[in-house]
Amino acid sequence: MLKKLRVLISAQHALMLAYRAEIYLWVIAHVLPFIMMGIWVKAATDPASAGHFAMSPRDYARYFLCVFVVRQFTAVWMIYEFEWHILEGRLAYLLLRPINPLWHYISAHLGEQLARLPFFALVTLLFFILYPGARWIPSPASLLLGISAIYAAFALRFALQYCLAMLCFWFERASSIEQLSFLPYIFLSGLAVPLDDFPQRARDLVNLTPFPYMIGFPAEILMGKLTATDPRLLQGFAVIAAWFLGFSFLGAILWRRGLRQFSAQGA
Amino acid sequence: MPIVQVSDLAKSFQVSASQPGFANALKHFFRRTYRSVDAVKPLSFSIEPGEVVGFLGPNGAGKTTTLKMLTGLIHPSAGTLSVAGHIPFQRHNAFLRRITMVMGNKQQLLWDLPANESFAINGAIYDIPESELQSRIAELSELLNLTKELSQPVRKLSLGERMKCELMASLLHRPEVLFLDEPTLGLDVNAQVAVRNFLREYNRRYNATILLTSHYMADITALCKRVLLIHQGRLFYDGPLAGIIDRFAPYREVKLDLTEPVDRESLAAFGEVESAEGRAASLIIRRELLTDTVQRLLASLPIADLSISDPPIEKIIADLFTQGTMK
Repeated sequence: MLKKLRVLISAQHALMLAYRAEIYLWVIAHVLPFIMMGIWVKAATDPASAGHFAMSPRDYARYFLCVFVVRQFTAVWMIYEFEWHILEGRLAYLLLRPINPLWHYISAHLGEQLARLPFFALVTLLFFILYPGARWIPSPASLLLGISAIYAAFALRFALQYCLAMLCFWFERASSIEQLSFLPYIFLSGLAVPLDDFPQRARDLVNLTPFPYMIGFPAEILMGKLTATDPRLLQGFAVIAAWFLGFSFLGAILWRRGLRQFSAQGA
Repeated sequence: MPIVQVSDLAKSFQVSASQPGFANALKHFFRRTYRSVDAVKPLSFSIEPGEVVGFLGPNGAGKTTTLKMLTGLIHPSAGTLSVAGHIPFQRHNAFLRRITMVMGNKQQLLWDLPANESFAINGAIYDIPESELQSRIAELSELLNLTKELSQPVRKLSLGERMKCELMASLLHRPEVLFLDEPTLGLDVNAQVAVRNFLREYNRRYNATILLTSHYMADITALCKRVLLIHQGRLFYDGPLAGIIDRFAPYREVKLDLTEPVDRESLAAFGEVESAEGRAASLIIRRELLTDTVQRLLASLPIADLSISDPPIEKIIADLFTQGTMK
């Protein structure tokens, strides 16, 4: 299986490199964290607002850089490709192969992440040049845990979108449901507002949803805010695992039922 | 023992039905109505290993739906089927390794990469060892006369070259059963001939079973000894290609070379006039009347030469489908 995955990722990586301009645009399109960084750093720097913010201006800068990094590795778009595959009849070829089509979509994402790696490194370097005060090197433990949390977040977001993508078997434009889920993703994940700036009760509620674990959780680990000894770390991974298993189970059921009524239109 | 066994196979789809117009569109938005369409009515046939069978029918006859059921892409509504000892819609890997499907209007190759990249993926997915993969690529590319095309991005290839690469990608794992849906669609005559020759050779070398749909009768006549005719979801002929003439065309074509022109009215006294121009004419005459009519023709008209032939199979099938005369 590993050999198959390696070949699939390598081909998808080559395919992504064929679209260099698209990769540039992707990276540019992911500058939202830097816009939010500007807003939060400016607000936290204002002496009148002292004590109203959960982090210092320097930590906000670090946090949103980490958000940018996490976003680079957790962007999931399989629903759009899956929908296109169903509408155009291209899913047929994936179904004819003796390998679950899921691997095609996973390898496409991993291949794309690989293709974006140099661009992401360049942006990070540029950030450190422009904001030398926010420069830091994560400890090996933070880095290891951070990378684990990023891929756990990727798996979680992928599993959620996989469930939504399965609705393409019943609805022609299931991607519009994904767009609906984008709203809570933006506001509850920590992408626009760090979770520490939520009121305590709201934060407790939000922490029960899968969204904070998609961005905020890995970002806080990467910046060293959540350490290996913090009980919230284990709790976070446990919540991710629970949601992931739930979505995977639901996705598997939807896949089986969807295939039963799949008409392979367009093929 | 048949490699493809189909018994009372049927498929119906629920299709949403809406009427044109603004009010109807609104009504349809709030309250969807559906109707059931029988794409394939109970269908039974079997195919022996190594057979090349043509699957013919007009657009919408149910050919592609049947192929999709045979490859496991869709679930049948009724009936039983078995392909290479497997139930297709269970989609077991052991089954998928033994079959392939080529769709003339769809592609599996990665559009922006050379075909070789797609071959490498298929090699890994089907667990073909690297040396064996290279030897199969060499063998198939030689048969299809492809060399440098394999290292060019697929989008830069001509339609014919692309289809050849599609065939290569679909056959690298040496499937035993090939389902080919319009494999020569849109190809020029040379490319069509190349694809036909290749399929014939593949069938000969590997005793592969082929079920082929095509709107080009030349594909069928060149490759298939047996044909299945399907219309409106129902199978109405299963037998040798030549048998279609006996069953559906109980007439002969009589071509006349005349020493002087004869008007149409005079020719019509002997049979249906297919063409009459100058000193050449062609008549359609029922088989049971042939001997008597030819004698009368020779006695009555200034004939220099006369030939009798079966009507072209393309014409018979086209007539069957357009006139809906199959029984």
